[in-house]
Amino acid sequence: MTDREIVIHTSELTKQFDKFVAVDHISFDVYKGEIFGFLGANGAGKTTAMRMLTALSTPTSGQGTVAGYDIKRQPEQIKRNIGYMSQKFSLYEDLKVWENMRLFGGIYGMSESKIKTETENILHRLNIYDERNTVVGELPLGWKQKLSFSISIFHRPKIVFLDEPTGGVDPVTRRQFWELIYQAVEEDITVFVTTHYMDEAEYCDRVSIMVDGKIKALDTPANLRSEFNCENMDEVFQKLARSAKRKGD
Amino acid sequence: MTDILNVVCMEMSNSTKSNIALTIDGLSKSYGEVKAIRSLSFTAEKGEIFGIIGPDGAGKTTLFRILTTLILADKGSATIEGMDIVKDYKQIRQHIGYMPGKFSLYQDMTVEENLKFFATLFGNTIEDNYDLIKDIYQQIEPFKKRRAGKLSGGMKQKLALSCALIHRPNVLFLDEPTTGVDPVSRKEFWDILLRLKKEGITIIVSTPYMDEASLCDRIALIQDGSFLDIDTPKGIIAKFKQELFSVRTDNMHKLLKDLKCYEDISTSYSFGKDYHVTFINSVDEKRFINYLSQRGHSDIYFKKISPNVEDCFMLLSRKIQP
Repeated sequence: MTDREIVIHTSELTKQFDKFVAVDHISFDVYKGEIFGFLGANGAGKTTAMRMLTALSTPTSGQGTVAGYDIKRQPEQIKRNIGYMSQKFSLYEDLKVWENMRLFGGIYGMSESKIKTETENILHRLNIYDERNTVVGELPLGWKQKLSFSISIFHRPKIVFLDEPTGGVDPVTRRQFWELIYQAVEEDITVFVTTHYMDEAEYCDRVSIMVDGKIKALDTPANLRSEFNCENMDEVFQKLARSAKRKGD
Repeated sequence: MTDILNVVCMEMSNSTKSNIALTIDGLSKSYGEVKAIRSLSFTAEKGEIFGIIGPDGAGKTTLFRILTTLILADKGSATIEGMDIVKDYKQIRQHIGYMPGKFSLYQDMTVEENLKFFATLFGNTIEDNYDLIKDIYQQIEPFKKRRAGKLSGGMKQKLALSCALIHRPNVLFLDEPTTGVDPVSRKEFWDILLRLKKEGITIIVSTPYMDEASLCDRIALIQDGSFLDIDTPKGIIAKFKQELFSVRTDNMHKLLKDLKCYEDISTSYSFGKDYHVTFINSVDEKRFINYLSQRGHSDIYFKKISPNVEDCFMLLSRKIQP
């Protein structure tokens, strides 16, 4: 494990708003090709941590590198080398499927020919070739989420951040979505994912659980289950998160 | 024939007075080409927690907006405690509480001002029904001078619920109150609902989380605007007639592919640390386990299990869209 290439490294990473320490000296590594589940209750500090890792927010103290770049000094390089899928659907609803791909490919500086081949590639993979001229707003929700994920890795980033990607999605599509995640991993993309579905925590290679700004546990789901003597990840989560002092997000 | 009809009608109107909180009959609504809900019918009894369970886009919010008299259905009818949702909409609004999925309180008013405002709208004071919201409101009371827009997600949810309850409604509509909420807070929220049920309030609640189904008295599973089934959670599970098995090995990623290649597999879905599978024919356990061993799996765990509501939902939605 330790010989593997590190794609995210944090050391004592901290974010403070006035007296409130939202993220409190967190240190962890994420390895290449790993599915890393980033769990925590509302208000535990997940979003703040994720905003630092995606270079949208500057840490108060501590260090971190993402895809080999320093999060304080090289935020622009980080943004170019990561993918991000927001909790809120953020493709352009009034653009066609292929137009969204063209737009995001352009933003990431991909060549015309690369955009063209990747577009074909995704349309076939998601089995939506016949919908390429459909305005995205008219697609069913499940398709939108899958399309949104595919576009977040359109530029082949080293790592993709997924913020509750399956919230509200129907059970069958939720499982198909995870199959897309496995495919991305087979293509050496590292996946950093947050979720409130504890069955999905089991699908991660390793999971961290944040409580009150600190990382309280970090291991494989199997090791966490045996460490806390629990039947499933939901019980592990309940055990740890109930100790929280903070309320709400 | 007419006599029978009369008797049926009388019985219905009697039951309306006694124990029926809500009856809907053939409600449909389209937005242009999109059929949001298709001929929905059900009855909810007084004091029950009735769950509308299904994914985003299934039609849950449209149904709630019709029942709370905010929009009109294209077809069908509904009554709440005997009052018609179209004719008697003004009375209905006095007797229902509604917590929309999207936070809809006044962001630039304080916590206390919001609560006072909603109490006043119904001709009440906060004190009138304080006992009903006490448990919930006390948790946000330390922040009562804070503007609602500055509250955390969890606190917003508690304030919205307090405002929906402050006039002591008979029927409470909660549209996805737990979406995006972590598992611990979800449990706490359901504890609150179970307490409100004890107060005799009928609760109509929607959720995309299948695991919340078991906390409802009865549930309607909804997809693409249609109900897949309506029953008690136990009743829904009892209708799952296939034998369901749980499978787990040392290599779960590979197992997914290998299950798909086994010709006798009917369905296989991941469920946390296991896969839930059904077979086309009755299962030949030895042959199946041999197959997995040959494919290089070890630590094979294979056991017959009882289904949960999510298994049922997937089975029912598959029947509709093969």
